[in-house]
Amino acid sequence: MSDMRQLYQEVILDHNRKPRNFGSLSGANRHAEGHNPLCGDHIKLSMNVLDDKIETIAFEGEGCAICKASASMMTGAVKGKAVQEAETLVEEFRNMATGTLDPDSQTNHLGKLKVFAGVKDLPSRVKCAILPWHTLHAALHSEISVSTEGAADPIPGAEIGGQ
Amino acid sequence: MKVERMNIERINIDQVRSDFPILGLQVSGKPLVYLDNAASSQMPQAVIDRIVRYQSAEHSNIHRAVHYLSELATKEFEAARVKVQHFLKAKESREIIFTRGTTEAINLVMHGYGRAFIGKGDEIILSGLEHHANIVPWQMLAEEKGAVLRVIPMNDAGELLIEEFEALFNAKTKFLALSHVSNALGTINPVKQMVALAHMHGVPVLLDGAQAAPHQALDMQELDCDFYAFSGHKMCGPTGIGVLYGKAHLLEKMQPFMGGGDMILSVTFEKTKYNVIPAKFEAGTPPIMAAIALGAAIDYLNGIGLANIEAYEGELLAYATEQVSAMPGVRIIGTAKKKAAVLSFEIKGVHPHDVGTILNGDGIAIRTGHHCAQPVMQRFHVPATARASFAFYNTKQEIDKLVVGIRKVQEMFS
Repeated sequence: MSDMRQLYQEVILDHNRKPRNFGSLSGANRHAEGHNPLCGDHIKLSMNVLDDKIETIAFEGEGCAICKASASMMTGAVKGKAVQEAETLVEEFRNMATGTLDPDSQTNHLGKLKVFAGVKDLPSRVKCAILPWHTLHAALHSEISVSTEGAADPIPGAEIGGQ
Repeated sequence: MKVERMNIERINIDQVRSDFPILGLQVSGKPLVYLDNAASSQMPQAVIDRIVRYQSAEHSNIHRAVHYLSELATKEFEAARVKVQHFLKAKESREIIFTRGTTEAINLVMHGYGRAFIGKGDEIILSGLEHHANIVPWQMLAEEKGAVLRVIPMNDAGELLIEEFEALFNAKTKFLALSHVSNALGTINPVKQMVALAHMHGVPVLLDGAQAAPHQALDMQELDCDFYAFSGHKMCGPTGIGVLYGKAHLLEKMQPFMGGGDMILSVTFEKTKYNVIPAKFEAGTPPIMAAIALGAAIDYLNGIGLANIEAYEGELLAYATEQVSAMPGVRIIGTAKKKAAVLSFEIKGVHPHDVGTILNGDGIAIRTGHHCAQPVMQRFHVPATARASFAFYNTKQEIDKLVVGIRKVQEMFS
């Protein structure tokens, strides 16, 4: 990819500048932390899940624009969604970022999240975009499992632990 | 070598660039601007040709057979050792040990010297500028032996504080492990003075020369360090080869690092008698091709002249520093008075990985991250930096492209 504006679109830059749902929730019942030791991206996610529905969600942390915008847009996309719908988005987002789902020709629910499709051409940045989604997946399971990602983790080098 | 004109004209840059086939590459549809030389340098055609010649007409295992190819490979491998000896101005060629790289060389000293001569309560001095390769092995040793690491602090320019360094010595100090040049900031440490200080206290010194060897002439006898480690791939050679220089009397009293073939005189199931140095430290089949190619890389660098390289890169650094420090919103990290051609910087409000990705879109290769020197990042309160590092085949025009690229990043994120 030579035109970086295909990836760094205004919507991504805007979410990087003004991340939505930024902070931590008091009294949240789901938490997880995602960490990418290779580039220092670090995401803390907290949620309130009631009756299988994500009522509220917030994130905080340090990261590059791709990671921060991905986290910001993710929180917007899953707030108010059923857990199963969120899990579907996690899977679709991962597949898009790794190039196994073409959001323009295959059925999906990604909507605005399609702006991240360009990372598939930048292998070193794929994990930046996926980290928040991994962390979401971990948080959704944080009551049952503390270490969520195992051998099947598609992102070598990413470490995620529920807390 | 007579130095008449200490300036940039002493390098025939068009000739030099044409020696490196990879510099003709297009990346993202733009001519490659390779500014990641501190991580790994590129290889000139002469070294590539040497590799092809060795593999096509000279290869066999060394030291173990009487046939033509084995004798030829052995001769070329040992000739490379002598080239390294002269490159370092070491007293003897048996003081040159081939390793896989700087990291292995440091680990060899940790195992061979450290485990034998450093014990409980002893102190090892390191600097705050070290690469992880010169921290972690000593930490492992300290943990095993109950020894203690002491760290030389630095100022805000990234220069080590020599008075504080002196104050670290006491009767328990047993070793100093120090970088010659910092990979993250480019600081050139006053190693000659620091080695002399350590020796006044009877403390042996290992210098990590990975970032120094490609950029300046070295003289082991003048530096008087006890060990010096560097890598081939940062000085126009291949990966998989490095060098440990050690004073013969120290190497002789050290324990072998690895056991195996070539490092023995005789083996029975009761007792093995170790070979003499350097063979004692070269167990198994060494990277023969890579060692010979390192010899060719040394020939190539000598052909240009290390003094010319140092002067040319100094001008590149001065130019880049002037250009980048004039940009609002850009902070240079590492502003030591004596620096190698490394420019670490951060752009306000932009994560270094975004900087690296956007520059890559213009064919510009820089490194972003912690540069395997997390304590340096912590010292300057940054998670990571963007780092441009220059070699003698880079140009001022390439630095101009870097500056345009940085401006583009700022515009995008404004």
